Amino acid sequence: MNPVRAVGRSSLGMLQTAGALTLFAGRGVAAALSPPVFLGQFLRQLGQIGYFSLPVVGLTAVFTGAALALNIYTGGGRFNAEQIMPQIVALGITRELGPVLAALMLAGRVSAAIAAEIGAMRATEHIDALQTLSTDPFRYLVAPRLLAAVLVLPLLTLVADIIGIAGGWSVAVASLGFNGSIYVKNTWDFLQAWDVGSGLIKASVFGFIVALMGCYHGYNASGGARGVGRATTHAVVSAAILIFAADYLLTSLFSHK
Amino acid sequence: MSAVPSIESPKLELKGVKKRFGSKVVLAGVDIPVARGRSLVIIGGSGQGKSVTLKIAIGLMRPDAGKVFVDGQDVTRLGGAGRRRLSSQFGMLFQGAALFDSLSVWENVAFRLTNADGVKRPEARERAVAALARVGLKSDVAALYPGELSGGMQKRVGLARAVVAEPAIIFFDEPTTGLDPINADVINDLIVEQVKRLGCTAVSITHDMASARKIGDEIAMLNDGHIVWRGPTSQIDNSGNPYVDQFIHGRATGPITGGV
Repeated sequence: MNPVRAVGRSSLGMLQTAGALTLFAGRGVAAALSPPVFLGQFLRQLGQIGYFSLPVVGLTAVFTGAALALNIYTGGGRFNAEQIMPQIVALGITRELGPVLAALMLAGRVSAAIAAEIGAMRATEHIDALQTLSTDPFRYLVAPRLLAAVLVLPLLTLVADIIGIAGGWSVAVASLGFNGSIYVKNTWDFLQAWDVGSGLIKASVFGFIVALMGCYHGYNASGGARGVGRATTHAVVSAAILIFAADYLLTSLFSHK
Repeated sequence: MSAVPSIESPKLELKGVKKRFGSKVVLAGVDIPVARGRSLVIIGGSGQGKSVTLKIAIGLMRPDAGKVFVDGQDVTRLGGAGRRRLSSQFGMLFQGAALFDSLSVWENVAFRLTNADGVKRPEARERAVAALARVGLKSDVAALYPGELSGGMQKRVGLARAVVAEPAIIFFDEPTTGLDPINADVINDLIVEQVKRLGCTAVSITHDMASARKIGDEIAMLNDGHIVWRGPTSQIDNSGNPYVDQFIHGRATGPITGGV
């Protein structure tokens, strides 16, 4: 095949996907911001996305906080700066690792589940059934998931921030000889509201990405069980990539503050 | 027998409908008027465009060309709230019943009532249980989940869901597929009973000839993107159409060469 044609074709394909995704997101947001709201579906998604993700997010945060503390202690030791470890751990967790790791865990757990559920509904004509029952699938399926993820991921991130810092604290106190109350005081005095706030704003955007990727790939799944599997994989991979891209953009934006 | 009968003010009409997927032409200009209160069954082999015809008629798919009319009004491009209002006139029984796994049987049956029509749950439940009774299911089934039902019971629940809001047009997509002959006959009887009770217009697609003979006032045969024959069910055995003869007798040889 002509290489120029191949590049052109794949570029057009990417543009087509970007356009379709933008339209899908627009319809989803419009449905989420206007009545009627399917409250039962929304509450169910709050549980599915939020409550049931707590263990995985908490475990990830505690181990990451502990490992981060060890690494920063080792690195700081090269400059005789071990004592600033609590502050760096707090900054790293709240601004970066808390939101990104919580979002990545949700990409694996929630994007995949959403894509599989909606994809299976597409394969078994459930989405067609919704339409014939005078129910907009965007309002019934997409909007509750988008809303729930946007609202819940900041809360999960807040939990991840606290547990992550606690992970760092426990390693510092148990094996690095830090005084527990001084560690907490140093962390508290150092942290600014914006450190936590910027992480929570990031988390909200990541929540939107996680739910959007799951819904988009599930809704457009085709080809039966294989198509549902493909949609699940695409949802997780694209959510993870977009989370990293959005993280860089938002960090650039926030670094000017 | 003409493939397109002249019907004055049809309830539903597909006019010059064309649809293709890539290079494959599925519908090549199909005209299907359906008179008010009549039951039309569209038969045809696999891959001949029966499902596409049904999806276009109900608005789940848009044709490449041609129009769909309901009560003489062009609804081909209707979307959003207008489409949802129109859908409130429709009921549909899906091939696999398409019941929502996470909802109980009565919630499935009352789905339109609670989610689109704003009916309160106690009243919706009452109406759902009454609809279930009309398809021969006892009230204790109402609290079960679709996964706990047999295929035949799921079809009955799907039928109850299709008729609970008393639609003006009901669509049946392969209503007896996957059922044993006895259960298939039960479903056919229930379809006839419900369509008569509601006095509604019905459009079914099937390749089950026993079902077509039982539920249809008229039968139309779709082959290679065209309606090749249409007539009263009583004349299907004397159609004089080689496509119809081959299909209803299940012969491997004849003008239909699609195969598997």
